[in-house]
Amino acid sequence: MSKELSSHNPESVSIVLCGQAGQGIQTVEYLLTRIFKLAGYNVFATKEYMSRIRGGINSTSIRIGSGPVRAAVSTIDILVPLNKGALRHVEHNISARTVILADKEMIGEDITQGKHKIVDVPFTGTAAEIGDKIYSNVVAVGAIAGIFGVELKMVGKYVEKFFSAKSADIVQKNLAALKKGFEFGVGIKRSSKINLNIVGDAGVEDQVLLNGGEAVALGAIAGGCNFIASYPMSPSTSVLAFLAKNAKTFDIIAEQAEDEIAAINMGLGAWYAGARAMATTSGGGLALMTEGVSLAGIMESPMVIHLAQRPGPATGLPTRTEQGDLELALYAGHGEFPRIIFAPGKIEDAFFLTQRAFNLADKYQVPVFILTDQYFMDSYYNTAAPDLSKAKIEKYVTRTKKDYRRYEFTKSGVSPRGVPGFGTGLIAADSDEHDTEGHITEDLDLRIRMVDKRLHKGELLKKDNIPPELTGAKNYKNLIVCWGSTHNIAEEAVQKLGRKDVALLHFKQVYPLPDQTAGYLQKAEKTIIVENNATAQFAKLIKLRTGIDFDEKILKYNGLSFFVEELAEKLKDVLN
Amino acid sequence: MNDIDIAWCPGCGNFPILKTLKRALAELQIKPTDLVLVSGIGQAAKIPHYLKTNVFNGLHGRALPAATAIKAANPALTVIAESGDGDMYGEGGNHFIHTIRRNPNITNIVHNNMVYGLTKGQASPTSQKGFVTPVQVGGVFLEPFNPLAVAIALDASFVARAFAGDIERTAEILKQAIERNGYALVDIFQPCVTFNRINTIQWFKEHTYNLEDHDPSDRQKAFEKATETEKLPLGIFYQSPQKPSFEENVGIYEEKQTPLYERDLDKKELKNLIETYKMRL
Repeated sequence: MSKELSSHNPESVSIVLCGQAGQGIQTVEYLLTRIFKLAGYNVFATKEYMSRIRGGINSTSIRIGSGPVRAAVSTIDILVPLNKGALRHVEHNISARTVILADKEMIGEDITQGKHKIVDVPFTGTAAEIGDKIYSNVVAVGAIAGIFGVELKMVGKYVEKFFSAKSADIVQKNLAALKKGFEFGVGIKRSSKINLNIVGDAGVEDQVLLNGGEAVALGAIAGGCNFIASYPMSPSTSVLAFLAKNAKTFDIIAEQAEDEIAAINMGLGAWYAGARAMATTSGGGLALMTEGVSLAGIMESPMVIHLAQRPGPATGLPTRTEQGDLELALYAGHGEFPRIIFAPGKIEDAFFLTQRAFNLADKYQVPVFILTDQYFMDSYYNTAAPDLSKAKIEKYVTRTKKDYRRYEFTKSGVSPRGVPGFGTGLIAADSDEHDTEGHITEDLDLRIRMVDKRLHKGELLKKDNIPPELTGAKNYKNLIVCWGSTHNIAEEAVQKLGRKDVALLHFKQVYPLPDQTAGYLQKAEKTIIVENNATAQFAKLIKLRTGIDFDEKILKYNGLSFFVEELAEKLKDVLN
Repeated sequence: MNDIDIAWCPGCGNFPILKTLKRALAELQIKPTDLVLVSGIGQAAKIPHYLKTNVFNGLHGRALPAATAIKAANPALTVIAESGDGDMYGEGGNHFIHTIRRNPNITNIVHNNMVYGLTKGQASPTSQKGFVTPVQVGGVFLEPFNPLAVAIALDASFVARAFAGDIERTAEILKQAIERNGYALVDIFQPCVTFNRINTIQWFKEHTYNLEDHDPSDRQKAFEKATETEKLPLGIFYQSPQKPSFEENVGIYEEKQTPLYERDLDKKELKNLIETYKMRL
């Protein structure tokens, strides 16, 4: 970065590219993250976008680091606006350290030009010379690659690979755009307008670059998922698309249902017949699925539901992020029955928790939720490839005998689960209260035994609880608690504070609440909850289960995730 | 199962339908272990409990999605989704439409008595205009739902209507429906002796007739027959040209027929897939 920037944070650089939907911002993000990874840099990317197909303004933020970078920051070191109005979209994050690479003519009055470090790069003009303004995004890719001194040959190969399905002419024009952009980048680097101190990391090469959605979908495959029926809804759809794309290879039935009600009922039918099924949805979709969740409860059917949260109520902010549906997942479905709720904080968590969800759903015959959100789904970074030897598929389907009873009373409350056609028994599953054979009953004494049987599983499954993870000071005075997608942001914010009396406690299993919770909280002089919602839903759950109130609540609900700097500032204000 | 307490009213049209279904299944020699009866909620939806077979008695209106998935997860099973007119055409109307489009190889039996029984006598989607109920106090003014016309419009694989009082013909239709590859609708007229005093056995006898010399491959004619109102035809209205079922279309049964529960994850393929996320050139 320019000298003052590099002294501020030598370890990472933040690049923001901003433009209209349809201008290829996603392509830029895709190409740059991969190119940086290929070049051996640690990389993180996240995006925000408007709910429309074209127009509006979208941005992608890419962080490059000498060490791992895994969280969103608000600081912009290099900003590339690709259309008029783009600068205004991100102006509150432009600071004295921001270097703006822009078509000076295009940005016009969007910003007071004298006040900022603007390097004139004719993205649009160059693209137009090559043949179409559409190539300006690839000119930008070239410029960034040039600034970082990434090898042009390698970048060219990747861009060629990316566009390989297009015509030779389009590939050539993209390569020409890339080369031109690269030359601009090299020029900027030589002029010392931007100096970078980022170094490659040998460990990066063997790592995977995944976003949250891909990690959930890969985890599902690793969990033996072979059936998914879902209705498209942002930000959950990528899981359905991923499984559909890989359906043939992994013997998966991937079906777009007519609505979320059909989706979950298909899932339950599939489990009944011996498949391992999931549904992926967002809050509005889960609202429609709730009766199906309840059906899983009484039928004692396994079910895996991925809930990618977005701000509600109702349609809310369809393309934004929020941790607003914990209580929905917690209480979805009428009647009383057990469930498990996971909330990954790291990409690797998303893989292993989703994998585990299938095993636990099958083991305890309960619905298991995985809660992510738009921020988590759309954020990428490089991380160790999941170790598949730790991802064992556990199957609990039993071959039945003639006298098989689906709801046989057992000590644990879990009845062996048979499936039709496997063995000589008959399988009856019923949404009514039922006898041990699975047939309707109004025997009220039996009703009590069946309720107790189901609820007992809720106690039993606690044996598999995943405890919260403590990072930071062991002998903490201040304890910061978070769950799900805020993990990496909170972790970096705490590191930034550099205090010896602060620890972070992250929950990737939020329900049942792990037993250790109260102990951790009681040890602290001050407790702080951090949640991406307005009513501190997890704090309410902790209060309900432990009786403990948090001293401070840091909440954000404008539709964006926290940023590291923002959270660090807020924490500084409340720490003892 | 001789001592079970059947929850239907004496004289209910469900009894002959149960008898007919048992007969059709016996004649087709379908083993109880190879059959799954899927139902929703309502008096008709209790029918799976009165047969010795596999049962999925799910939610109101949601039998079809569950039945579709059961068949898809194990195509060797014979799957029948059976409920009443309120369940299949009202609460489950959207699934009715889209299941026909999806064309799973299942049989959809709908007990059509033109009234809600279990909730005590309100209008159903197929209630006729003018039908007075405790809710439709001035008589039904909604256009009755026409399941056959809808199914024919969607080019359903098999579309039939039967009368519960005619065990012989109904059994024959059911057998053909079960044997047909693809989605098969059998709408069965039945009296509700408690809540429908208009559409009685006598009424059905007077207001229906059996299709004769009808070519079920003639879609125009089938539609014409389905929209007759004066006297309601019974029989097989329509059979689409043979087309692949949902299970045949999902693409995982081409090389092997084993049900999903017998299949295991190919970990090598997963390892390969993960490897691609290393983003090497």
